[in-house]
Amino acid sequence: MVPAKPLASAKRMENLRRNWYKFSRNRMSILGLFTVLLVTFLAVFAPLVAPHPEHASAFVDFANASRPPSLEYPFGTDVIGRDILSRIFFGFRFSLGMGVIVLSLVVPPGVVLGLVAGYNQGTWLDTVIMRITDIFLAVPSLVLALAICSVLTPNLFNAMLAVSLMWWPWYARLVYGLASTLRNEFFVASAETIGASKFHILFREILPNCISPIFTKMSLDMGWVIIIGSALSFVGLGVQPPRPGLGTMVSDGSRYLPEQWWISIFPSLAIVLVVLGFNLLGDGLRDMFAAEEA
Amino acid sequence: MSVGPLLDIKDLYVHFHVFGGTLKVLDGVNFTVYSGEKVGLVGETGCGKTTTMKAVLRVLPMPPARIPGGEIYFKGRDILKMGAEELGRVRGEGISMVFQDPTAALNPVFTIGQQLGAVVRYSLAGGKRISRKEIHQRAVVALKEVALPDAERLLKNYPFQLSGGMRQRVCIAMAVAGSRELIVADEPGTSLDVSIQDQILRLLRRLVEEKNTSVILITHTLGVVREIADRVYVMYAGKMVEVATTEELFSRPLHPYTLGLMKAVPKLTGGGIADGIPGRIPDYLDPPGGCRFHPRCDRAMGVCRREKPWFYRVSDDHEVACFLYREGGKGK
Amino acid sequence: MSFITFLVRRAIHSIFVVLGLSIVIFIISRIMPGDPARMAVGARAPEWVVDNLREQMHLTEPLHIQYYYWLRDALRGDFGISLVTRRPVADDIKEFFPATMELALLAGLINGAGGIILGTISAWHKDKWVDNVVRVISYLGVVTPSFIFAILFLLLFGMTLEWMPTMGRLSPSLPRPSIITGLITVDSLLAGDFAAFFDALWHLILPAVALGLGGMAQEARITRSTMSDNLTKDYIAAERSLGIPESVIMRSFLLKPSLIPTVSILGLDFAATLGNAFLVELIFNWPGISRYGINAMLRKDLNAISAVILILGVVFIVVNIMVDIIVARLDPRIQLRAGGSE
Repeated sequence: MVPAKPLASAKRMENLRRNWYKFSRNRMSILGLFTVLLVTFLAVFAPLVAPHPEHASAFVDFANASRPPSLEYPFGTDVIGRDILSRIFFGFRFSLGMGVIVLSLVVPPGVVLGLVAGYNQGTWLDTVIMRITDIFLAVPSLVLALAICSVLTPNLFNAMLAVSLMWWPWYARLVYGLASTLRNEFFVASAETIGASKFHILFREILPNCISPIFTKMSLDMGWVIIIGSALSFVGLGVQPPRPGLGTMVSDGSRYLPEQWWISIFPSLAIVLVVLGFNLLGDGLRDMFAAEEA
Repeated sequence: MSVGPLLDIKDLYVHFHVFGGTLKVLDGVNFTVYSGEKVGLVGETGCGKTTTMKAVLRVLPMPPARIPGGEIYFKGRDILKMGAEELGRVRGEGISMVFQDPTAALNPVFTIGQQLGAVVRYSLAGGKRISRKEIHQRAVVALKEVALPDAERLLKNYPFQLSGGMRQRVCIAMAVAGSRELIVADEPGTSLDVSIQDQILRLLRRLVEEKNTSVILITHTLGVVREIADRVYVMYAGKMVEVATTEELFSRPLHPYTLGLMKAVPKLTGGGIADGIPGRIPDYLDPPGGCRFHPRCDRAMGVCRREKPWFYRVSDDHEVACFLYREGGKGK
Repeated sequence: MSFITFLVRRAIHSIFVVLGLSIVIFIISRIMPGDPARMAVGARAPEWVVDNLREQMHLTEPLHIQYYYWLRDALRGDFGISLVTRRPVADDIKEFFPATMELALLAGLINGAGGIILGTISAWHKDKWVDNVVRVISYLGVVTPSFIFAILFLLLFGMTLEWMPTMGRLSPSLPRPSIITGLITVDSLLAGDFAAFFDALWHLILPAVALGLGGMAQEARITRSTMSDNLTKDYIAAERSLGIPESVIMRSFLLKPSLIPTVSILGLDFAATLGNAFLVELIFNWPGISRYGINAMLRKDLNAISAVILILGVVFIVVNIMVDIIVARLDPRIQLRAGGSE
């Protein structure tokens, strides 16, 4: 299990440097980090970097519609004449934004509930919280997200809401497992004896020891959230046209297979690229944290 | 002894290739066991005792581990060069090992019966196929030999259902099942209560005497070795530093390390307690040149820093790897 | 604790979860804006028809009474009328469910068996080229969403190479075997109709592989890493040193403990499969419950949505129980330790 560590900040600096060294030894992790940074850069600076930024919103140019990849339109254009490459850059905004927002919504409550349940293991509080998470986990995640989306107006905000609603139990579960083991450790007992407040025990003693698995999971989850987000958009419940959500673009283009294959394929590859980046990054983080404990 | 040695390790080197470099763990190990002998192997944790024995049985994880040099002769044949079939026979009928941690040495998802049965089937029977009934019977006999009660029920149990002492006995049963010529006992009973450890050692001793098997008893406890062994090797940092008959070693310890051991608290850990030897075991990534003990030795000389000492004969049953005892050396 | 007790406990736990799920579904469906009675009969029906229907649907009663009626009906198999198809939802489900099950089961098989086999081979030949190839493919399999595989396969094998058909479950020329299970492959085997069997299988392959590839990759990775971890364990070294042949160790003493984490994941992977089936069915125009469900969701067909989610939830829970049983068989510590003889 994760060993308890005191966290004086000088030691933290040294830990950081040591961790970076370990992380950087693995080429795949560096590749992941690079990919994530690249995508983030493209997303943030899309209006400046994209060759045809105006194509990302309502724009029509039938003269150049359905052009295969060329110098001017490296990924081709879609049926309304919009440059796929530029739209992909803007699409990254939706993907990353969704990931960030969902995780911000999901991690704090999930972690807190997991801490509370884990610390109070065996009591009714634990049972209630865990049963609720069981219910949410009983339905295949995508199904639940789709269902919640469907009862609300289909748009990006509601999609994020739906994904958040079905995502938090995973963090509660993760932290519950960690917390319920950690609470039997010596340092918790000593904190209790000196009369530390529950708040202090939960957040200053137990939580710091859960940080590594939580971070690893968050990094991997970015990939999953992006996948689910694109799946929802694909079905029509997420990013609505004409906005350039990656899943939406794949869906739009699926009608024109196989002749105008580029309309679907390039956004698909873009999705794979982003998810690959986050997965490599997450794996690298996990290896880095694991090596620490070895 | 007029007959050749049963086990003869000659100049064995074992290196581990890890992230930061190469761990040069075994640095030319020489070790001999004769038929019917009980040999003790003493040294502190981390000195390479288990690594040596695992190398003999060829169960070292070979990607990180490499054997850059040396030979291991068992009844005249080099184990390191054996093919799979011959090696299987050596493992099945020749040498067996009782691992240090009985909990880790038993497969958690198979019953005792299944594991013991497999050992019986593949080692006792040799190439022959024996019936399930006979396997079962022999398994029961094996358990009875190690004084485990209610053998029938035990065979159906899983390792986690047994106590530590029982698990250790099961491991011993697996090791002695069938006629083995050499048993390696790696710190038997160390993870258990002292009283249980005592029982285990006595059991081992009885078995060995009944079957006239040779034994290599690995331990970091001098007292154990004194009770049981005929001859004792003292090991330090990947090399044997002294070997003598038990009586001779305890009455006349010669190597500075052995002297330190005798003076220290009976059980050793890496840094020693109270009367321990100052310093720590060397870093295998960058071990000291020359004699590996010289940084901690209070009688180190110039040559100790530059050259590696051989085994120098002090008498018929006593050899020391220390320049002090070289011909004309100061120790004599 | 005996096996029966273990099973009973799990079953009771699951029943509670299903009940909880049904409550959540019910509450969500009632929160929805819109009048179910009005939606059922359409905008042009006269007011008294709507009022009558409202009474009939118990919409005027307090919420928990409504829930009681809803649950009672559901248990009897009556999920109400679908807004879209205008017939009992139960009938819709009976028609479309087997298609999805057939797809999901084949995908699950590819998932589980394929993943374990690949992972095992990879671990046995660790760090050699076989291993590296499998690792790269598995990685790509994990990061690529199912629907993208579906599109790629459709494009490549269905449209460009034209190896496999792209629509439907059976070629139009072949008559469908009589419905026993609803799974065309099984039914055709039972009827001895091998032409239909192979044809149905051929239609199934592309969507099933697209669906199962991600899970298979996941399983392969876990199997491989567990196996290579276990290879360094003491008990394997002990078994070797005692003379047990390498082949026996690989095939049984190493395999069994290594399967445990993989099989534990199978339940979750099946959940992902069920979820991804929605998209794959859309892409391949597969006449399954997922496509039906998506349409229901897009058209806000409440009865259908509730029914679909409930059914999927139940299926998932049943699969989970089965997976737990298998894991308990593999790992004796779970069953016997919980309340038992230690």
